Amino acid sequence: MTVVLAASGGNVVVWAVWVVAGFACLASGVAVVSFANPFYSALALIGNLGSLAVLYLLLSAEFVAAAQVLVYAGAVMVMFLFVIAYVGPQQETPWKGGPSWQTLGAVLAAGAIFVEIIVVLGLKAGGRLSHTEHVNATFGSPGWIGRLFLTDHLLAFEITSIVLLVAAVGGVILGEHTKRERDDLAGQR
Amino acid sequence: MQGAALMGPGVVWYVGIAAFLFGIGALGVLVRRNPLIVLLSLEIMLNGANLALIAFARSAGNGAGQIFALAVMAVAASEVCVGLGLVVALHRRRLAMDVDQLSELRG
Repeated sequence: MTVVLAASGGNVVVWAVWVVAGFACLASGVAVVSFANPFYSALALIGNLGSLAVLYLLLSAEFVAAAQVLVYAGAVMVMFLFVIAYVGPQQETPWKGGPSWQTLGAVLAAGAIFVEIIVVLGLKAGGRLSHTEHVNATFGSPGWIGRLFLTDHLLAFEITSIVLLVAAVGGVILGEHTKRERDDLAGQR
Repeated sequence: MQGAALMGPGVVWYVGIAAFLFGIGALGVLVRRNPLIVLLSLEIMLNGANLALIAFARSAGNGAGQIFALAVMAVAASEVCVGLGLVVALHRRRLAMDVDQLSELRG
């Protein structure tokens, strides 16, 4: 009896956490898209990433949640905020005044994507998705992820490192190219 | 003990959140014209896909989805690196921060 009560109490707590994190996730997602100032958008995206990390924890993906906070909310967002501070405030119009045909088409396309996903979910939800496997305590732990990465998914691991290397080279080339052009311009003067 | 069951809402609810995130991110990519906000919306789309991957990984009790989510995070970091490089290059050339006006990529 106490076990059942404890289990249902834990269930209520999980539901409450899910509702709060899910609502924060959706609200901050809308905020990112609708803020006029990129700085506020970036701050809202940090909230979005944090609440997503909570959802990952609820899905027993501990290592991915930690990596999300470290890589996204830490490194990537700091880089974003640096660039936003470097570029400075931009004069830009948030939403066009009247819905032009482009905006209307974009809203229709995004809505169509959402409806498609929901319809597919509704069709599949009665089948495999309603059944969730039981998992061990090691599911999603760092050691388990590391073992998977170095045994079953070694190729994905190596390709990821190549992708990161290529992106770093691309970033360096983008920065260096403009500097050289500026020197050329200065030399011509 | 056979292992822990999923407590709280079912996987479908997580995938619903993922679908909404993907849709709102796609809307931001299509509607907004500031390249910085386009990049931020792109991050939302990638995170929606990540949430769906992790939810399905939990549903199937299989680790491949979490591995894929980590790979997506690496790809997102690469994309931010190159995208922010482009934004800084635009700023240095004093071009307008408007993706509608950047219709050609020739230097």
